[in-house]
Amino acid sequence: MRLDVILRVAAKLFIPFIIMFGLYVHLHGDFGPGGGFQAGVIIAAAIVLYAIIFGKAAALRAVPKWAVELMVPLGVLIYAGVGVWSMIMGGEYLNYNVLLHAGEPVGTYDAIHGQHWGVFLVEIGVLVTVTGTMLTIFYSFAGRGRPDE
Amino acid sequence: MVLLTLLAAITVGIIRTRNLFAVVVLSGAYSFLMASVMIVLDGIDVAMTEASVGAGISTVLVLSALYLTKIHEAPPRYSSALPFAASAGMGAMLIYGTYDLPPFGVADQPVNTHVGAQYIANNMAETDIPNVVTAVLASYRGFDTLGEVTVIFTAGIGVMLLLKRWGQA
Repeated sequence: MRLDVILRVAAKLFIPFIIMFGLYVHLHGDFGPGGGFQAGVIIAAAIVLYAIIFGKAAALRAVPKWAVELMVPLGVLIYAGVGVWSMIMGGEYLNYNVLLHAGEPVGTYDAIHGQHWGVFLVEIGVLVTVTGTMLTIFYSFAGRGRPDE
Repeated sequence: MVLLTLLAAITVGIIRTRNLFAVVVLSGAYSFLMASVMIVLDGIDVAMTEASVGAGISTVLVLSALYLTKIHEAPPRYSSALPFAASAGMGAMLIYGTYDLPPFGVADQPVNTHVGAQYIANNMAETDIPNVVTAVLASYRGFDTLGEVTVIFTAGIGVMLLLKRWGQA
């Protein structure tokens, strides 16, 4: 596989665009189809493609294992943290309305703005956990039983 | 209808073939067909998930698992009469259950009149997010999505615990 020029060149061309598309799917999730789940899988797929073409060792240099394993709980923490933040701001758990105190009189809030930020942050949490988990599973499965890992 | 026929054909193919590599490829094709069915039903978000998870990542994962095992399925050791009877009975019960379901896409059923209609009516005023699916997932049903993320988190932790080679790092 490593000597296959066409695959290597095509993968090098594709991978940045796949990651870009993943980010597009994520950030555009408010307007079109998509969101954290799909984007996380797409970004993970780009790295899996890199690992298949260039070998697992190269992928591990680009995206080290500790980073991937850190991402798994980090996403849940981001998501749950948004809930805690909304409680600190005086609302119920995961009530995005109160996330941002935009109005001048104390106690008012900008519900629409808060909703945008709440959904955005929560989706980032989803993205991080999904990408991390997919890559963790892939790294665990791929190359098992081979001594040259 | 064409899609469903193809789905049935692929299912028969998966059952008939003994070559596991062919089974993996056919499962990927099955997922893509399922994604097409979702697009026909206007469930673009679900179609996207099905195409990326079902056809993309799971195919790769199953292939890398296949690397560790043999490529041909062993001939069955037991008769398949009992499993066949069980699945036929289950299928018959499910089909019997569909007789009590409302016809597909009828407007005055609870699924279309209860909270779903409320979300669609109030969504733009309350959240200003044009994609209702995202608004429901992340905002109205935030707790559920938190649960889903926790499920994925648990799956990742489980795989790590089972497959990580402790001590070798």
